Amino acid sequence: MNWYLPALLVLPLVGALVLRPLRGNDRAARATGMVFALAELGLAVVTWGAFQAGGGQRLQLTVSTDWIPAFGARFALGVDGIALVMIALIAVLVPVVLGASWEGDLALGRSTAGFIALLLVMESLIVGVFAATDVFLFYVLFEAMLVPMYFLIGRYGGPRRQYAAVKFFLYSLFGGLVMLASVIGLFVVSGRRLGAGTFDWVTLQRIAAEAPLSTQIWLFLGFFLAFAIKAPLVPLHTWLPDASAEAPIGAGVLLVGVLDKVGTFGFLRYCLPLFPAASRELAPYVLVLCVAGILYGALVAIGQSDMNRFVAYTSIAHFGFIALGVFAFSSQAFAGAVLYMFNHGITTGMLFLTIGMIITRGGSRAIEDYGGIAALAPVLAGLFLVAGLSSLALPGMNSFVSEFLILVGSFPRYPAFTVLATIGIIFAALYVLWVYQRVAQGPVRGAAVASSLVEGVNPVTGRLRFPDLSRRELAVLAPLVVLIIGLGVYPKPMLDVIVPSVNATMTEVGLTDPVTAQPVQPGGK
Amino acid sequence: MTTTLRAAVEVAAAEGTVEGAVGGMVEYAWLLVALPAFGALVLLVGGRRTNAWGHLLGCATVLAAFGYGLALFLDTASLPAEERVRELRVYDWINVGALHADFGLRLDPLSLVFVLLITGVGGLIHVYAIGYMADDPGRRRFFGYFNLFVAAMLILVLGDNFVSLYLGWEGIGLASYLLIGWYQDRPYAATAAKKAFIMNRVGDVGLALGIFVIWRELGTVRFTEVFARVGEIDGPTLTAIALLMLLGGCGKSGQFPLQSWLPDAMAGPTPVSALIHAATMVTAGVYLIARCAPMYNLTEDGRLAVMAVGAITLLIGSIIGCAYDDFKKVLAYSTVSQIGYMFLAVGLGPFGYALGIAHLLTHGFFKAGLFLGAGSVMHAMNDEGDIRRLGGLYRHLPITFVTFTLGYLALIGFPFLSGYYSKDAIIEAAFRGEGWHGWVFGGAAALGAGITAFYMTRLMLVVFFGEERWRRLARLPAELDSADGRAYHPHESPPVMTVPMILLAVGSVGAGWFLQAGNRLDHWLEPAVGELREAEHGVLPHTTVVVLTLALIALGVLLAWLFVGRREVPVLRPSRVAFPVRAARADLYANAGAAVLFERPGIWLTRLAVFLDNKGFDGIVNGTAAFLGGTSGRLRRLQTGFVRSYALSMLGGGVLIVAALLVVRFS
Repeated sequence: MNWYLPALLVLPLVGALVLRPLRGNDRAARATGMVFALAELGLAVVTWGAFQAGGGQRLQLTVSTDWIPAFGARFALGVDGIALVMIALIAVLVPVVLGASWEGDLALGRSTAGFIALLLVMESLIVGVFAATDVFLFYVLFEAMLVPMYFLIGRYGGPRRQYAAVKFFLYSLFGGLVMLASVIGLFVVSGRRLGAGTFDWVTLQRIAAEAPLSTQIWLFLGFFLAFAIKAPLVPLHTWLPDASAEAPIGAGVLLVGVLDKVGTFGFLRYCLPLFPAASRELAPYVLVLCVAGILYGALVAIGQSDMNRFVAYTSIAHFGFIALGVFAFSSQAFAGAVLYMFNHGITTGMLFLTIGMIITRGGSRAIEDYGGIAALAPVLAGLFLVAGLSSLALPGMNSFVSEFLILVGSFPRYPAFTVLATIGIIFAALYVLWVYQRVAQGPVRGAAVASSLVEGVNPVTGRLRFPDLSRRELAVLAPLVVLIIGLGVYPKPMLDVIVPSVNATMTEVGLTDPVTAQPVQPGGK
Repeated sequence: MTTTLRAAVEVAAAEGTVEGAVGGMVEYAWLLVALPAFGALVLLVGGRRTNAWGHLLGCATVLAAFGYGLALFLDTASLPAEERVRELRVYDWINVGALHADFGLRLDPLSLVFVLLITGVGGLIHVYAIGYMADDPGRRRFFGYFNLFVAAMLILVLGDNFVSLYLGWEGIGLASYLLIGWYQDRPYAATAAKKAFIMNRVGDVGLALGIFVIWRELGTVRFTEVFARVGEIDGPTLTAIALLMLLGGCGKSGQFPLQSWLPDAMAGPTPVSALIHAATMVTAGVYLIARCAPMYNLTEDGRLAVMAVGAITLLIGSIIGCAYDDFKKVLAYSTVSQIGYMFLAVGLGPFGYALGIAHLLTHGFFKAGLFLGAGSVMHAMNDEGDIRRLGGLYRHLPITFVTFTLGYLALIGFPFLSGYYSKDAIIEAAFRGEGWHGWVFGGAAALGAGITAFYMTRLMLVVFFGEERWRRLARLPAELDSADGRAYHPHESPPVMTVPMILLAVGSVGAGWFLQAGNRLDHWLEPAVGELREAEHGVLPHTTVVVLTLALIALGVLLAWLFVGRREVPVLRPSRVAFPVRAARADLYANAGAAVLFERPGIWLTRLAVFLDNKGFDGIVNGTAAFLGGTSGRLRRLQTGFVRSYALSMLGGGVLIVAALLVVRFS
């Protein structure tokens, strides 16, 4: 019995339960939450160690027990390299997010313990979504993880939080229900083939691939729609800017950083292996959406005046890259997409956090309210720039490795789409550097900065309004910086885990790499 | 990280790879990159604690890298020519499927020449910056960025594959961005920095696409393998790669049509202009084309495009250089123009690679020297960069004057100084093309030499000779004064600044002769760029070209003396001038053109996209939601709107389930 995955699932839930009696005692609640988050991170590291990267089996550390015998749904968990990377991501981000929300002033009547408990519940559910190997279990967790996020946005968010929360919920629910139709369709297909229906991913993967193309296409579309809403592809993206702008910073990081990755993860785990013929058939249409997202998301990002919405639109462009990697069908592009899913979580997380720290100091989300903050808070501005450079995929930083892999892997099969996507990197430079210029460079200016300088002291915190980073904030950002640079210079540990699973996906889709190694003929010209 | 560095060493012969062990020294070649990278890390992470000694560490790492590079250079020189290309694999960087983009170093004559240039000239400029930046509170951070630049540039030239090259390529772009925007309080510096990065990125897209095509065609990104099998690529594809790489080169090297960021980049401190925007970074495009020599050798159209870009740019740069009144911007356009010569040279193919690299090296000396001289003048004159406000400075800054004059003579191609050997050789080679090629490119190069003589002589005369116009500034209305007040006390710079200038002046005088004597550089480079040939027939005989060029240079000097030297120079820039001068002052309308073609359409496109997003997509979504939820007001009220929508969604979902079941049944 492999205890790793059940433990990863249960530990945060226990944390949430322990937090219940700590309402009103914010210090204790924070400390307890942090202890559980760090324990979960430790557990994730142990799990990473137990996973054998090159060890033959695609799904490892599997557990399976009866759950709903009436229709053969099982409580089955297991991870491949792709899922493991995503679990590592959430395990890294939750302690970071807790650290970042340490001093955040919540709206009146909102309890810190409740906030942290919701974060932990969400962590548990997201781990479950990535680890589920039963399609029905996946569906249930996929829907369930909406609930804590809905409350995080609706209870703890900004001024338009209820609008944003409802929009988020409806969008996701709609996608989820369409997916349910496809899940049931899969059950019916398997029932006809095997006599009794099943939700077991491994079995389904074997038989669904043999279904006729038209069936595959219908089932594919059901899953695809849900995932395309979750990892927002244009034009299904409009919930994201509202949700991530109104969400409290910590929840926003988890929303854009991890929760949305369930969409791209779903493409890789469900759409491609279960419906390979449909995936190959529909890929060009999906790629249109991806490239549109890359260029359109970047253009809208350039035109944003709200910092949080700016990050949301950059993410829409990045999701375009990730989905491009998924539907370009080469091992480089797949690996790039998975690595990008991790890297984007780190990068956007850092971007959100640094922007959150700026907003906490200035009290405004409008870009035009800031100016020249590099002169006041050089370290904060510098780390903001680091996050931005990672976002524009500067070589030597994490995102470059993944973006390069996606583009180089997509080019042989889809040169035209790749050329358009590559042009997107110019836009990326434009939106990052322009925001940085307006917020951080030049003379000190802007309403939020000026008022903070005149008033001098923030009435809530009792400290100077625009100070540089505190030790706590530095400690929160430091691990992200280390990951950004470290994985940019030495991505091998990640790739070692990802590549075997990616190769398995290639086999499941039934394609081979468009470019294979050709040895140099010795002595040849 | 050092524990993970598995130093697997490979010797690569010119074609194919031969496995084998390499002697001790090469095994640690990664130190060349690691030293400045370590310096940058300490200085940028260490923060204020390193303020006291940061600049010393910054210089030490670069000078140590120079020492090690020199040792490697001598070691390589002691080998027989066919063993001078050595490769060192450091560690697996990006390794997926057939793609092996390892972190590996290629030590060959071409990269070693660049190592010496980058760390040698770079080291001198680092030392100079100790003095120049002495009063800047951010000096430690400045050296951090400077070291970062050196590390990135070394990765660029030492990488053994296209992806490492790209890593260095964008890395120097970052360092350039950070240093152009150095003066935080000046808004135009931030704008110039952003402009530089984005125009570079346009070029980078070209380079990236070129790499993608190579990968698709050959399944590898390693230089050795690519160049060994470059013949397998069909002609049009090869030309496409050559053009894409050229676009990359144009971005980095400030060549037409991406030249206009380089003059703006002068917003950075002067040592930055000298090191990054004159001596090293901006020559990366020339390096790229010389490195890809086996590829360009096979595509005549590709080479023609390189030459055309070079010829156009050398004329654009020299013409605009005549009209500017900003000390550093004149030198910047001079750089643009001189790199145009280098492009023209490497575009000639096997006749020209060595000529281009030779000019790159001599230019590295004299242009860095000129910039340091400009910095010394500005340092002495309260940062005054308007040459109309200078004048008569030879009395006050004797060392600067002498070193600057030597750099000036080298640049215009005065006989037996560096530029004479390196630039005149390019002009001569350009005349050797067949048919109209020879006339057009040779003519452009010779004409450019004349214009160069004109604008540089003008610069010399206005800055160092004539009336001491800065004395008159006190009588001018206040709004015309410089930012620092009217008291100018010109003084010679301290030795920490003048010694590097003197050393660079020595290079300006002697480097050309040294490289040219006995075809030293040609023989040295051959193992790296392939066999070099002399063009046989030209449209004009050798002596005619030499005489013509010298005559044009003399004419340029004479005209400058007639127009500038003999007349009084107005302190205020005359605004009523002839059309050519107005056009040149407006950068030959490069910025205006870019605004019409890209900037304004871009702004409209952005606005359209934002409008579409708010009113279009979101409008449809909200409209639908409002319709489903009854009224839009209820959507906001959690309890009622939510439940109804939920119910409706459930209903919709149910319908979809039934539909799905039907589809599955009937298929």
